[in-house]
Amino acid sequence: MSFIADAVLTEPSAALDLGAAPRGFRGRIRGLRAFASGGLPAEELERRLLELGFVEGAEVELLHQGLFGRDPIAIRVDSATIALRRREAAAVLVEPI
Amino acid sequence: MNEMSAGLRDLRIALVGNPNCGKTALFNTLTGSRQRVANYPGVTVERKEGSFVSPGGRRVRLLDLPGTYSLRARSPDEVVTRDVVLGQQAGVAPPDLLVCVADATNLRLGLRLILELKQAGRPLLVALNMFDIARHRGIEVDVERLSALLGLPVVTTVAVRRGGTEALLAAIDAQAPVGEGEAAWSAPDAAGLRALQREADRILAAVVRVPDRRDAVTRRLDAVLLHPVAGLVILLVVLFLMFQAVFAWAQPAMDLIDAGFQALGAMVGGLLPEEGPGGLLRSFLHDGLIAGVGSVLVFLPQILVLFLFILLLEDFGYMARAAFLMDRIMGGAGLHGRAFIPLLSSFACAIPGIMSTRVIDSRRDRLATILVAPLMTCSARIPVYTLIIGAFVPDRPVGEGAWSWVGLQGLVMFGLYAAGILSALGMSFVFKRLLWRGQPTEPFMLELPDYKLPRLRNLALGLWQRAKAFLRRAGTIILSIMVVIWFLSSVPRPPEGATQPAIEYSFAYSIGQAVEPLLRPIGFNWQIGVALIPGMAAREVAVASLGTVYAVQDAEEDTAQLGQALAGRWSLATALAFLAWYVFAPQCVATLSVIRRETGGQRWMWFSFGYMLALAYLAAFVTYQVARALGVG
Ligand SMILES: Nc1nc2c(ncn2[C@@H]2O[C@H](COP(=O)(O)OP(=O)(O)OP(=O)(O)O)[C@@H](O)[C@H]2O)c(=O)[nH]1
Ligand SMILES: [Mg+2]
Repeated sequence: MSFIADAVLTEPSAALDLGAAPRGFRGRIRGLRAFASGGLPAEELERRLLELGFVEGAEVELLHQGLFGRDPIAIRVDSATIALRRREAAAVLVEPI
Repeated sequence: MNEMSAGLRDLRIALVGNPNCGKTALFNTLTGSRQRVANYPGVTVERKEGSFVSPGGRRVRLLDLPGTYSLRARSPDEVVTRDVVLGQQAGVAPPDLLVCVADATNLRLGLRLILELKQAGRPLLVALNMFDIARHRGIEVDVERLSALLGLPVVTTVAVRRGGTEALLAAIDAQAPVGEGEAAWSAPDAAGLRALQREADRILAAVVRVPDRRDAVTRRLDAVLLHPVAGLVILLVVLFLMFQAVFAWAQPAMDLIDAGFQALGAMVGGLLPEEGPGGLLRSFLHDGLIAGVGSVLVFLPQILVLFLFILLLEDFGYMARAAFLMDRIMGGAGLHGRAFIPLLSSFACAIPGIMSTRVIDSRRDRLATILVAPLMTCSARIPVYTLIIGAFVPDRPVGEGAWSWVGLQGLVMFGLYAAGILSALGMSFVFKRLLWRGQPTEPFMLELPDYKLPRLRNLALGLWQRAKAFLRRAGTIILSIMVVIWFLSSVPRPPEGATQPAIEYSFAYSIGQAVEPLLRPIGFNWQIGVALIPGMAAREVAVASLGTVYAVQDAEEDTAQLGQALAGRWSLATALAFLAWYVFAPQCVATLSVIRRETGGQRWMWFSFGYMLALAYLAAFVTYQVARALGVG
C-alpha cells in the first residue's frame, strides 16, 4: 500500500504500518505518518491518533478485526482498547516485538 | 449580595474527563440527580446542573459535562465542555474548580487531559474514579506520589457507592475560595500532544503498577462477542430475542391491564344510564376515556421489556461492540459504526437518538444520522404494530420442533424492525449520494470500554423513568386528544328518528369523509383518516383514536376489544398498508422539534417531514395495491 505522506516523520526502516498488521500482532509504535483521510487533513488525523494514545513508544496489540475486509480493527494501546479502520491505522508505524 | 463579598457564595464546580470515566455517576451521587449513566462513551451530550451542600456547609453548584479527550472540541458535545471549562460562553465566568475525573483502570488518556487542563491555568482537583475496580484488578496507584508529580490534589472515588465520594467532598471543602480568573489555553499541535502524552506516560510509570493490562473478563467475552463471524451472529440473535421478548414476556401483564380496563368499562357502563344526559357522560367515560387511554396503556409492559433490553445492553458495555460489528455495514450506507449507537437508541425513542448524534464530528454525517434516526422503530410505534399484528397475524409458532419457540407474531415484529433499519440505512445512502455527493465519511474511532455488570439500581431507575414518561404522556397529550376525539365523534347527536348509525352524524365522520378520497388509494377508511390527524402529535394517539372512534361506533354492541373490532372490519390489505405507513410516517411533533433544534433551523425539519410523509404514502400505496393484486383485499 502507498500513501500520500504529507508529514513524514522519522521513519525507521524495519517499521510496518498498523493498517496492514494481522490479528494478534504485537508491536511498538515507531512513529506516525499521517495523511489526509476521511475528509480530515493529515495534521488533524495525526492529532486525533495522538489524543487516543497512539504515541511513539506505546505498545500496541491488534486484538480483533471485523468480518468484511478484516475491518475495522480493535487495537489495545496500553490500558485502552480503540476501534478504528485499517485505512486510518495505516498512519501508525510499528515494529514487531 | 453580602454573602458574596464574604467569600461564601456558591462554589461552582464542573466535572471534566474522558468519555465513560464516571462523571455522570459521580454527579448523580453528589447531587442526588438521576441523569443517564451507561457503559459506553458519549452518553452525556449536554451540560447538566445540580447542587448540593458539602459536609463543611458549603453550597456547591455542580456541572456535569460531556466527556472529551481534549479541549479541542471536535464535535458539538465537546464544544459544550470546552466552552464551560474555558469560560467562553458570553457572560458566564469559568467554574471555580474543575474536578478532573479519570478512570483509575485506564489512566493514560485521562492523565494527558489533566496535563492539558493544567495548562489552562484553572484550579484543578483530580478524582481517580472506579477505584473499586482498580483495587479488584490489583492495580496499585501511589496517590501521594501522583499528587506530588502533578502538583495537584488527588483523591480516589467510587462513584457508584454511597460513601465513595467522601474523600472528594473533603477535598472540595479544603478548596480555598478563588477569584475570577482568565483561562489561558491554545489548542495544542501534534508536537504539544506528544509532549503531554510522554509526560503522562512518565508519571504513570512512576505511580501505577498494573499486574495484568487487560481485564480478564472483557478479554474472554470479547473473544466471542467480537469474533468476526460469531460476533455478528450474536448481534443478530440479541436483536431478534429482543423483539420476541417484547411479545412473549409482556403478554401476561398486558392481558391483566386489558382485563382491568374491560372491568372498569363494564362497571362504568353498568352504573350510568344509556339514555339522556347520563348517557353522554357514560359515553364520555366508557368510550372516550377508558377505551381511548386504555388502548394505549395496555402497551406499557411491552415498552418496558424493550427498554429493559436496551438498558441491559447499554450498561453491560455492548453498545460500543455493536458499533464495531456494524461499522462495515454502516459504511455501505455512508455512515460509520459510531452512528449505530444513536440509531440503536432510537429503538427506544428518536429524541435521545437524535441528541446523541452530537458525538459525531462531521456535520454531514451527523445530519444524515439525524435525518434517518426517526425511521428506526421507536417504542411509540409498538402500540400500532402490536395492535395490527395481534388482530391479523395468528398467534402460533413459525414451525414445528426446533422452530416452535419462534412465534409468528414476534417474527413479523422483527420484520418491521428490520424494515426500519434497512430503510434508515438505505435513506442515509441516498442522502449521502444525492445531497453530499462523494464527500468521504469521517474516520471511525471509538474506545471500547471494559464490560461491567449492570447495576440493578440503575436499571430499575431507567425503567421507572420510562414508565413515568409513558404514563405522563398517556395522562396529558393522549388523554386530552382523546377528549377532543370523543367530542368530535359524539357531537352532534343524531336527530330524532335517525336511520343511520349515530356516528355518521358526528363531526369526526365529516372530517374522515373529507380526507378519505386522499387515503382511498392506500386502502385507508374514514376511521383511519380521523385517527391519522391527531396521530400527528404522537404515534400512540392513532391507536387511542381508533379505540375511541370504534368504541363510539360500536356503543350498542359493547365489544371493548379494539383488536377484535379491527379484525372484523379491515381487510388484510388495509392492515398491511397501515403497518407500512407507520414504518415511515413522520408523526411525532416532539421529534420534529428536536430535529429543528439540533440542525439549527426549520429547513431540515420540513425536509425530514416531507420525505418521510412521501415515503409513508408510497409504501402504503404499494403494499395495499400489491396485497389486493394478490387477492387479500
Ligand atoms: N464499579 C464502578 N463503576 C462505575 C464507577 N463510576 C462509574 N461507573 C460505571 O461506569 C460507566 C460509565 O459511567 P458514566 O457516569 O455514564 O460515565 P461518564 O463519564 O458520564 O460518560 P460520558 O457521559 O459518556 O462521558 C457506567 O456503567 C457506570 O455505572 C465506579 O466508581 N465504580
Ligand atoms: Mg456522562
